[in-house]
Amino acid sequence: MNAKKVLAKTYIGLVLVILYAPIVFIAIFSFTEAKSLGNWTGFSIDLYRNLFTGSMQNSAGLLSALENTLLIALIASVVATFLGTVAAIGIFNLKGAKKNTMNFLNNIPMINPDIITGVSLFLLFVFLHISQGYVTVILAHITFCTPYVVLNVLPKLSQMNPNIYEAALDLGATPSQALRKVLIPVLRPGMVSGFILSFTMSLDDFAVTFFTRGTIGLETLSTYIYADARKGGLTPELKPLMTIIFLFILMVLLFINIRQSKNTEKK
Amino acid sequence: MIGNDKIINIEHLSKSFDGKKVLDDINLYVKRGEFLTLLGPSGCGKTTILRMIAGFLQPDEGVITLDGKDIAGLPPHMRPLNTVFQRYALFPHLDVYDNIAFGLKLKKTPEEEIDERVRRVLKLVAMSDYEDRDVSTLSGGQQQRIAIARAIVNQPKVLLLDEPLAALDLKMRKDMQIELKEMHKKLGITFIYVTHDQEEALTLSDTIVVINEGKIQQIGAPIDIYNEPVNCFVADFIGESNILKGRMMRDRRVAFLKHEFDCVDEGFGEDVPVDVVVRPEDIYFTTDPAKCQFTAKVNSCTFKGVHYEMWVDTDTGYELMIQDYDPYPVGSEVMLYIDPDDIQVMKKERTDNSFPAKVTGEGKVEFLETEFECNTEGFEEGDDVTASIRFEKVDLLDHEEDADLTGNIVSILYMGNHYHLTVKTEAGENIWVDSNDIWDKGDFVGIKILPEDIKLSKATQGNE
Amino acid sequence: MSKRSSWALPYFIFLVLFVVLPLLLIVFYALTDGNGHFTLANITRFFSDGDSLSTFALSIEVAIENTLLCILIGYPTAWILANKDYNRSAVTVVLFILPMWVNALMRTLATAELFTMAGVTLGKGTLLFGMCYDYLPFMIYPIYNVLNKMDVSYSEAAQDLGAKPSEVFRKVTLPLSMPGVLSGVMMVFMPTVSTFAISEFLTNNKIKLFGTIIQENINNSMWNYGAALSLIMLVIIAITTMLQKDNSEQLEGGTI
Repeated sequence: MNAKKVLAKTYIGLVLVILYAPIVFIAIFSFTEAKSLGNWTGFSIDLYRNLFTGSMQNSAGLLSALENTLLIALIASVVATFLGTVAAIGIFNLKGAKKNTMNFLNNIPMINPDIITGVSLFLLFVFLHISQGYVTVILAHITFCTPYVVLNVLPKLSQMNPNIYEAALDLGATPSQALRKVLIPVLRPGMVSGFILSFTMSLDDFAVTFFTRGTIGLETLSTYIYADARKGGLTPELKPLMTIIFLFILMVLLFINIRQSKNTEKK
Repeated sequence: MIGNDKIINIEHLSKSFDGKKVLDDINLYVKRGEFLTLLGPSGCGKTTILRMIAGFLQPDEGVITLDGKDIAGLPPHMRPLNTVFQRYALFPHLDVYDNIAFGLKLKKTPEEEIDERVRRVLKLVAMSDYEDRDVSTLSGGQQQRIAIARAIVNQPKVLLLDEPLAALDLKMRKDMQIELKEMHKKLGITFIYVTHDQEEALTLSDTIVVINEGKIQQIGAPIDIYNEPVNCFVADFIGESNILKGRMMRDRRVAFLKHEFDCVDEGFGEDVPVDVVVRPEDIYFTTDPAKCQFTAKVNSCTFKGVHYEMWVDTDTGYELMIQDYDPYPVGSEVMLYIDPDDIQVMKKERTDNSFPAKVTGEGKVEFLETEFECNTEGFEEGDDVTASIRFEKVDLLDHEEDADLTGNIVSILYMGNHYHLTVKTEAGENIWVDSNDIWDKGDFVGIKILPEDIKLSKATQGNE
Repeated sequence: MSKRSSWALPYFIFLVLFVVLPLLLIVFYALTDGNGHFTLANITRFFSDGDSLSTFALSIEVAIENTLLCILIGYPTAWILANKDYNRSAVTVVLFILPMWVNALMRTLATAELFTMAGVTLGKGTLLFGMCYDYLPFMIYPIYNVLNKMDVSYSEAAQDLGAKPSEVFRKVTLPLSMPGVLSGVMMVFMPTVSTFAISEFLTNNKIKLFGTIIQENINNSMWNYGAALSLIMLVIIAITTMLQKDNSEQLEGGTI
């Protein structure tokens, strides 16, 4: 029994080590000045200093890529959360073939690989002669984010006691009051997880952005890294930036999880 | 049918989960071929006993023997027992036939024999045409039958059934009860059955084991348990009953309802406090003043299908439930009597609350992990003492402020003119309270005890 | 409440405009020439172009190998994580998903760099390893979910009926977890076929996968041929999706 436990824990540990090796690697080499990734030229926090003071080559490029990434992710996930929640309420109240059709259509963007989503939207914009840039990238991101919001909100609707909305009306609430004071609070957890999922997927997206950003020179972190790597030299400040982003997300996720498990323990 | 030898014997069985004792010194045996039911409210530990017999849990202490052999080291798959699970646990990836054949295939039984045995049990559970059906297409009752078939096809020495009818609706449950009973007769296998439904237990069992809070309360045949409950819990849990405080005057003479009655119980001593149980169908109406033992006024009268259920207020201020085939109008004065045979006298489990306590200073004493003020005259700081509080001196509050400690109400007994409540404190100790207020099971309450109501005495061994 | 169903309408229009229409456009571009006239030339070109075909075959091969590798490593991981004897903490599970939040390209570059430092030549081996690394969480998570939600009474029932631990796993746990494995396969297989950038980084541009060809064609304004290649992928997606549906229905139904 005990030997099995040791074996299991070792296996898990080993997989984790492999999974985290590249990330730890980036983090370690963020503390040296060298340009290329695997080159250690002594401990230094210069890269961090450069990042925060903006005193580096092409700092404008990297910082604007970061800004674009965050802005696109924010707009896309806010719109997706709104659109997806309204859609989920609608789909929940549909019946039969209409409901099946909506569920089927909603599944397509999730099943499609990024490149298909990217190419198909690219062809759409070309076909309609829409010049590509910020707007098309945001539209594309909304397209692949919204299905996940719908998928997160729908279960909350089916778990909900169908009478509570009617109870609110019965107690004198107008439909819009019942929506705001009863329905939305019930759906909120699903909306929040849908939003977080949308935001992180938008942050991480490369392929779809690559095909829908057009030729106006719009860069997000992903396309920036891609272009950088193709040129041969990564902007060294990417290393501290990625380290900071990772640590931030690590702390947020651990915080959420520890709080959750404490809550469930209490119950 | 029922042999005299013990097929399963359980001695001194105890089990704790996370430091909480769920089973405390369980001793019982199961006779070969009998239908034995473990009966108790949810969380009483009955399922834990079953899972230890099946091998899914290991006892902390105690021995389980099967046919005289200790089965402690035997993993579940080596035990010649089979279980019918609470929610059936039919394998969703296998059809009816393969579910039933699962155990036989593992034992490498020849295919023709598997075929023959599967067909035989399917016939036994009246599901012959369902071999190829997916289990997900079956109704609850049908799944139930397949679950039983899957277990008995392996010809286990003992069949364990964990609340197998709990998920079915009332009508279906009644039908399945009859079928189970017949199956038990036909198969001759020993059944150990777990349920919280007292009626089911009374209907099905040869022997009932009543369990509460991890302890066996009573073991006996259904009729004995119904007619002669050993304590208030059993009397209240099984059937309807009037439970009253009483006093044994002498052998065969007991006082309750502020009247004296002849009874058949002996050996309690003289002038001893007792509890008395009278079933509602055992209180009789009479028009003969010579027979009348006490009078009452009918308070309510409800038709219950076969009989009428009436609540009456006695001349001495108690409320009683009476069941009779004839209704009496509300407001009418009636004369009542009880046969000596129908009065069940029970030893009182406790007459007050007493806790092991420690004097922590002048006028201060600690028990139940809480410090109380009280008169500590005659005791020194650090003395181990016993703190006693009468049931009616414990105050329950609906809020935490001003309370000495808090707890949840875990059981409520109506005693004719007041409620006897069991309150479990946060620390997991029980306090018993007599109260006239109406509370609900599960209520969160504050507990208040006044200094003058705490009586200290020299510590005795144990607290219960 | 009937009015509520109309709330689906905006999203329906959105889906038609941004999902259905674009997919139809792939079909349209794939079956027309530069002037918008119907032609099968783009499709026939693919089947007669040795380069495209061999890249396609290689992509499928790499995807199959990668998927198998992910199952091989991911299944035991998910099983251990879902087993209450070995792991009771949800945080451990989060640790396995967390790397997904680091930019995939950045992680891939670091992986490639680690290989270079270790003196491993970039090629198919590193490609497989790096891909497996990228997609492993997508395999672990669905399997873990299914195993974690699986009622313990199934495995208890199997033990009760005489199954040894190894038999419990083979005859009950594994078949019941197949839906998780299948959705893991869906999340790993198609994305692997279609990756670009990642495969280039991991092999130092030595190995091109199908995604890269699509990207090159689209970027070089060969939209019709690019669309034809995309159409071929769409067909494969449709087939695998239908296979998965069939399989999961069978599993729910119960004949294996």
